[in-house]
Amino acid sequence: MLRPRIIPCLLIKDNGLVKTKKFSEPKYVGDPLNAVKIFNELEVDELIVLDIDATIKGFKPNEKLISKLAEECRMPLCYGGGVKTVDQIERLVSLGVEKIAISSEAIKNPKLILEASKKVGSQSVVVVLDIKYEGFMKKPKIKMLNGKETFDQDLFLFIKKIEEYGAGEIIINCIDKDGMKNGYDIKLISKLRDATKLILTLVGGASGYNDIENLVKSVKNVGCSAGSLFVFKGKFDAVLINYLNKHDKEKLDSISFHE
Amino acid sequence: MKNDYKVCIVDYGLGNVRAFKNIYDKLNINSKIASKKEHFLNATHLILPGVGAFDWALSKLNNSGLREILEILVIKKKLPILGVCVGMQIMASKSEEGILPGLNWIEGKVLKFSNEIILPHMGWNNIKPLINSNLFTEIINPKFYFLHSYYYETNDEKHSISVTNYGNNFISAINKKNIYGTQFHPEKSHENGIKILKNFINI
Repeated sequence: MLRPRIIPCLLIKDNGLVKTKKFSEPKYVGDPLNAVKIFNELEVDELIVLDIDATIKGFKPNEKLISKLAEECRMPLCYGGGVKTVDQIERLVSLGVEKIAISSEAIKNPKLILEASKKVGSQSVVVVLDIKYEGFMKKPKIKMLNGKETFDQDLFLFIKKIEEYGAGEIIINCIDKDGMKNGYDIKLISKLRDATKLILTLVGGASGYNDIENLVKSVKNVGCSAGSLFVFKGKFDAVLINYLNKHDKEKLDSISFHE
Repeated sequence: MKNDYKVCIVDYGLGNVRAFKNIYDKLNINSKIASKKEHFLNATHLILPGVGAFDWALSKLNNSGLREILEILVIKKKLPILGVCVGMQIMASKSEEGILPGLNWIEGKVLKFSNEIILPHMGWNNIKPLINSNLFTEIINPKFYFLHSYYYETNDEKHSISVTNYGNNFISAINKKNIYGTQFHPEKSHENGIKILKNFINI
């Protein structure tokens, strides 16, 4: 029985962990390595780490930090940020990162997905799409460079392309929901689930167990990722690395999505 | 450190060698990341990790210069070896994912899952042991992390020691004499994975 994947999503800026709201107001929440150690103890399903500085500032992936994270992680790690070439993807896989996330570069140059998946295998190639509702019709638009630029192609068509090019997973990151704790965008992810056979993971909006349960029950085989939920506690957002308690986790585990 | 052991983690530029090393360090079991022939001196156990595509993994291994020493240790000296994920798959005769011949240590082929199901098979899933293997000692709730689109089919069914259900049952762990393999990642499966790695050195 394949279980739902519940995944903390960590953001890195200047080598520290931060948490944003709608992709701005980064608040320092601690040391990434320390967070990984705590998440090991909490036995989280997977971990996503995104360096939100790298692409914007033109930095390459910080291999020193990433290899430390990968060796510490006792669960699978997905890293994203500043990844532009097949070479980099190969190197990161060699450092022990299971999944490499590409975003802006995959959008500008989708062939990268094809070349990378031939080398390291589809299962390790992840595309992150930052989504924001825009325009008069409030259509979901793909954004690049931390939400600063718009990619003018239909989301559903582009997802078909990503699938054809051999990606293994798409992470849908809802900008309007980031840090807002007002629930997942179930409507969007349901439509996407119908449109693709790729593994989907959704991040943005989770406020607690109920949102996660709601997503798991509503949409088949979607990874539930969250940032704020797993780094803040209480109404004043005190920094505390946390995860679902054992009871809630087991409850979710029992909701299987059989193929 | 228990110095009667020396677990050599084969470093052919692929996979989480350090994640394995970290776990053995915490278990106080002597281990070595082995990237050169001489590193294998006095080895008692071998781990063959792997992430990536079949041909890529094989060509990395072929180019590493370690294939010969591995074949001596595994085939002639019969040291216990544990292949993980693609590290297991390359032990097959061939794969639908590539054109290179596999190591052919446990006869069988690597096949792609049906396109009807969502791929890759990703996440935590159960294994169902088919025999009483020492590899599974003391594992009560056998859930492990999987990340793959291909699976191993052994020619001889007695070489499969566990199955997992994803669409259909597929073989999730294999064993022939001193050669072991898991499709799941013990190094990324928290306590259960640590137990597998500990059980392996008691083989």
